[in-house]
Parts: sequence; structure tokens; C-alpha cells
Amino acid sequence: MIKSNKTEQCNYLIRLATDRIDHSFPCNQDQQLIFFTPGEEISTQPDFLKGHGTYVDQQGILRASVAGPLEKVNKLISVKPYKTRYQGEIGDVVIGRITEVQRKRWKVDTNAKLDSALLLSSVNLPGGELRRRSVEDEQSMRRYLQEGDLICAEVQSIFADGSLSLHTRVLKYGKLSQGIMLKVSPALIKRQKTHFHNLTNGACLILGNNGYVWIGANFTDVDRSDGGFTQDLSRVRQENREVCARLRNCILGLAKSNILLSDTSVTYAYEESMKYNIRELLQPEVQLDVALLTHQRLVL
Amino acid sequence: MESEFDINQGGLRADGRRPLELRRIRMRLGVFTQADGSAYVEQGKTKILATVYGPHQPRGKAISSSTKDVKGIVNCQYSSAVFSFGAAERKKKPRGDRKSQEASQQLRHAMEAIINLELFARSQIDIFVEILQMDGSEFCVAVNAATLALIDAGISIKDYAIGCSITVSDSLLGEDDDGQCTEILDANWVEECCPSVTLSIVALPKVVDETETKSSVILTHGSGQRLHLSKLEPLRIKALQGCKDIRTIIDEAVKNHLEIFSIATALDK
Repeated sequence: MIKSNKTEQCNYLIRLATDRIDHSFPCNQDQQLIFFTPGEEISTQPDFLKGHGTYVDQQGILRASVAGPLEKVNKLISVKPYKTRYQGEIGDVVIGRITEVQRKRWKVDTNAKLDSALLLSSVNLPGGELRRRSVEDEQSMRRYLQEGDLICAEVQSIFADGSLSLHTRVLKYGKLSQGIMLKVSPALIKRQKTHFHNLTNGACLILGNNGYVWIGANFTDVDRSDGGFTQDLSRVRQENREVCARLRNCILGLAKSNILLSDTSVTYAYEESMKYNIRELLQPEVQLDVALLTHQRLVL
Repeated sequence: MESEFDINQGGLRADGRRPLELRRIRMRLGVFTQADGSAYVEQGKTKILATVYGPHQPRGKAISSSTKDVKGIVNCQYSSAVFSFGAAERKKKPRGDRKSQEASQQLRHAMEAIINLELFARSQIDIFVEILQMDGSEFCVAVNAATLALIDAGISIKDYAIGCSITVSDSLLGEDDDGQCTEILDANWVEECCPSVTLSIVALPKVVDETETKSSVILTHGSGQRLHLSKLEPLRIKALQGCKDIRTIIDEAVKNHLEIFSIATALDK
């Protein structure tokens, strides 16, 4: 039983835990996926290569070490968990938050096992100068980016210990100004050619490969010639804010139902959500409805 | 002396179970969205929540020791809610007392043994276990819950670490020859309170099953009272059987849980 206390100012929804909505829905698949769980034997044959999510025990038996479906590429066997920290790959677009300013580098939280590094030498300095970084640049690092700032960057390389090195050498990367950041599982981001999308409703969407999603509120093209360190802090209009809020609720709803996020799925969900108002999109039934409608349009 | 679980009710225990029968186990994975992994486990009336954060950059105290380490750090916190005792008494401190500190240590040892720590060099994994309701065998259920939370977080582990407790009544010790089964598996609170010895073991059942070796599979032993050494081996074997049963139940639940994600992969192709 749902109790809703509706007054003019507030609209609370209180429900019992037993009335929880199950956000997952079945999908008819052609082939049944085979899941492996930790410790389960995959193969005793020695002629397989062990990939991620597997290990070989003392008897030489290949076993799974995480829970998920099996992936086989020729002789390489790997088990891929659905929910995990971000495993970086070179060329990925990521969104991160600065956690620390060090000498010659910033430390960035990118949802990976270790904080990523953004070297001073791999950013564009304001004014587009290309030169060796001097001591003065090191001293003024905090002027460009300080703790808590959100950035968008690309993975440049992976260090020996598995941490990532980022760069913002292209003008589309850099500091993010006004908008909403969401965290979803990295597995839910669909790998595509481009992760920057200017949606038809005017908002700009960045689906970071690390599971961080950015909904930008700047609806006008910004001049990024100054290395992307300036923030556009002009006032965002009410209708633009509403578009951002609606997008946020749609994306969270899709993520709850484990639908892959891409520009298509987000646009579909946005369109399907128009029959509800933004606040209603937080209700589990509505989220499930939007997710179902989106899924239907996606499989067509 | 007659104890509560004395086998006189047609071979059944006070709660109607057979001596080597487990309580009902129910679980849910991914109960929190904030944490990297989480699990809720009910074993009878023992209810436990476990959450895992990480692997992430070490913060706070661990920072100095971690820089040289090639292996990851595991951090465990075992705490019981102040309301977790049944009978109208409240626990003064949820954590920090000797008993829960010892349990944290043992939990950490168990988790360090199953996690492939070399994959998580210089990072830290935090495991928090909260006991919401105590009804016997808490530590064992806590281990199961922590294992499930690790699986939910996608952290690479060798096998499930499964905890199972076995209890021997004092009055029945040494009367092995009368043909009756004197040990009970997965004791509840009432049975644990009787004069008895409880042995908690944590094992990797799959590996035990297939290698049949006697060494290095049991991760922690815990026994409140004294137990004659000659009794240990038969108890261990019975408890290991319990571990295997629990593993089967948990494994099935994990596979069911994975089904909800299949939609993501279905559209990917």
C-alpha cells in the first residue's frame, strides 16, 4: 500500500520495504548465458590462456575468480564481472574529480583502483602556449585546477602499478563548469566512437567510460581556446535546469534497470519520460515504465 | 544433565531441526548503491549486513605503509548493533570491545586468504560487517556475508570463504559409543548458551573437495571452551560438510542474482 501525503508544498512517498519494486525485467534471449562464480572450474586443459577474472590453482585447473559471464577470444578465457571498479584502457574518455595537487601533477579520482595522475606536462596551458613547464607553472597549478574540481580527460597511458595517466591535450577536454555529475557502474557505459553528445534538447552529455556521467548545463558553445580552465558561471535558465534534472532522473532510472547508457538510450528515455513530470520520475514505478519503454524501442 | 538440544525428541533439536541440519539461509546482493559491493544475509534469525568499499587509493592511517607494498591492504570492521541482542538488553558499544576486535582480526585473516591481493597492489579494500540481530553463529554468517559482498564488488577471490559452526554438548562429551549423534551444526543462540563447546571454522569448500588435503584450508578456528584434541578431526569433517552445503546454497543465489544483469549484455550484441 502506498501512502502519499499530498499537500501543496510537499509530496512525500513512504512505503514499506515489502512493497519495493523490482527494477529488473526479463528479456528473451536467444542463447542462455553461462555464469561462472568464484572457485568454479572452467577447464582442466592446459592449452588455454588465463585472462582477467580467472586464475590457475596448484593442480593446474583454470578457475573463475569473479562472478559473471564467460568470454572467450580464441584461446584467451576471461570472466567479466558486471559490477567492478573501472579498469582503464588507453583512449578512454573519463570524468574525474581532483583530490590532490602535488608537484607537477594532479591526483584525480576516476573510480579506478588507484587515483589517476594528470601531469602538468599533459595539459594545455592557458593561451595555448607550447613550451617547457617552468617552476612558475608548478607554483600556479592550483590556479588552474584545485581540489574538488571536475575534469574531463582521456587516458594517455597506464603505469606499471595499474594507475592511469590522463591528458587534456585536446580542447574538448578540460575543466567542467556547471552541470550534474552522476555515478553509475562502468559496465553500463556503452563503448562508442564518441562519448560527447550534444542532445537535441540542448544539453550536452558526457558518458565517461569510468562510469561517471556529466550532464552539462551550458547550452551555448563555449570558447575553449584558453586551455579549458575557465568556468562559465553565467546563470542557467530555469528551463535548461529542468532539462538537466529530467535527464538525470532518466539516466538513474535506466541504470537501475541495467540498461546500457548511450546517446540513443538516453534520448529515448528522455522522450518517453515526457508524459511524466520531473518529480514523478523519481518514483520506482515510473522509472520502471520509462526503462521498459526505452528497452522496447531499443530492441526494435 | 539434560541440555536443550539433547536428542530426545525423536532425534530432533529444540527448533525442530535434525542435528546436522542448517537453518534457512536467505540473502540479497547489492543492497546499497553507494558501496562497491554489499550483501544481506539471514541465517535463521541471525541477520547481517556486509559492505565493501574499494579497491581504492589508501587514505588515512594506511597511507604510509602502503607505498612500498606490492599487495593490497584489507581493512575489516566487525560490529554488532546496540539492539542486536534479543532480550531487552542493549550492547554498550557497537564495536571496539575485545570480542569484536578479535572477530575483526579473524575476518581480516579469512578475507586476506581468499582475495587475490597481488592484483590490488598499493590499494585498499574496506569491509564493514554489521550484525543486526544475533541468534548464534554470528561470526560464521559474517564471513559468508563478507564473501558475498566481495563477489558483488567484483573483487577477484580464489573461492568462497564459508563459515560454519559446530557445537558439542558438555554432557555428551565422551559418550560417543552410544551410537547417537552428539554434534549439532549451526547452533542458534539458545543452543550456544547451553554448556557446550562451539567450534567455528572457515573453509574454502570447493578447494577442500577437490584436493582432499588436510592442510591449509581452514582459515580460522574459534572455540570458546576446551576441546579434546582427539575430538577435533571428526568435528572438522562434519563442519566441512556443513560448509559445502552452505556453499551450494549461496552459489545458487549468486547465479540467480547475476540474471538481472543479463539485459545489459543482451543489448550489447
